[in-house]
Amino acid sequence: MKRVKRRYLALQLEMDSVPSEKELMDAIWGSVTRLYGEVGASLTSMALINFDVSCKIVVVRTSLETLGAVRASLACITNVTGKVASVHVLAVSGTIKALFKRF
Amino acid sequence: MKRSFADLHLKININELSILQSAIHRAAKFGYRHLAVSFSFEPSIDEIENLKTLCKNVEVELVLRADLYPRNENELMHNLRRLRRKFDIICVICDDKEISRQAAKDRRVDLLNFPNTDYRKRFFDRSEAELARSGCAALEIDIKSLLVLEGPARTRFLSCLRREVAIAKIFDVPIILSSGATEERFMRMPRDMASVAYLFGLSDVEALNTVSMNPLAIVLRNREKLKCNFIAPGIRVVKEGNVF
Repeated sequence: MKRVKRRYLALQLEMDSVPSEKELMDAIWGSVTRLYGEVGASLTSMALINFDVSCKIVVVRTSLETLGAVRASLACITNVTGKVASVHVLAVSGTIKALFKRF
Repeated sequence: MKRSFADLHLKININELSILQSAIHRAAKFGYRHLAVSFSFEPSIDEIENLKTLCKNVEVELVLRADLYPRNENELMHNLRRLRRKFDIICVICDDKEISRQAAKDRRVDLLNFPNTDYRKRFFDRSEAELARSGCAALEIDIKSLLVLEGPARTRFLSCLRREVAIAKIFDVPIILSSGATEERFMRMPRDMASVAYLFGLSDVEALNTVSMNPLAIVLRNREKLKCNFIAPGIRVVKEGNVF
């Protein structure tokens, strides 16, 4: 079976308050689902790796094939739990170790 | 070579100086090197100087941009005559088919912006693209509309954009992706903006060009034209001789 290539994204969350991990992932999944539908979202194999609450930096994992779709969906996020928010991609890497070296 | 990024459409009111200042700071933080603040009126020299200082403080180059909202073709021609040499970029907001056709064929127009999200009021078709190519105008897409819309409206809008981008690619019309931000929350990093272009069928390189090479090419071309030694494309005054 072909190995699934993954990419790790470091995200900067810009928001006045701090959402919970579940609220944040719901917002990200919601954005992907709105743009690509449920089947499209399921293909991303997205997962939360780390959420640094103090500096609002989030690390998520996705498959390489759907990286473009996930990045586009992240750029389209305008609110999290009804509060104004935006998500910026700080770095993308193939390994978590390399990702943390980048920013 | 490292890319230089430009956002050619910041729609923040220049009278709200604190908001504008914070938006310029944010743009600099995001990595933009060229920033255009749009004017729908003729600004005073003081206002321009203030803006230039604000941008210079954060190492961002200000690009002067005029947004024209003409009601008819005559008004468009009048405004172009009046403003062309005062601004780096002239954008025509096309709400009407006749105006959009006239704007596309006029070489003084740099950008064509179609603000309407309703497909019946977007006039970038094959004829428009052909005129735009001969008139050296570019198609501008504001991502703010994509961020604001939801549900079926966004689906229809994306469909329109995909069609327009395909036409622009066929006719070699440059595409510019701008934020169109009226508030800071609609500003995105250049690569995030480029990733949005993925939604309407641009490749990675093409998408990055829409926020770097394409806008910068227009700015450089126009600045060259605005220099006093410019005569015509390819012809400029190198040295003035004695008049006998």
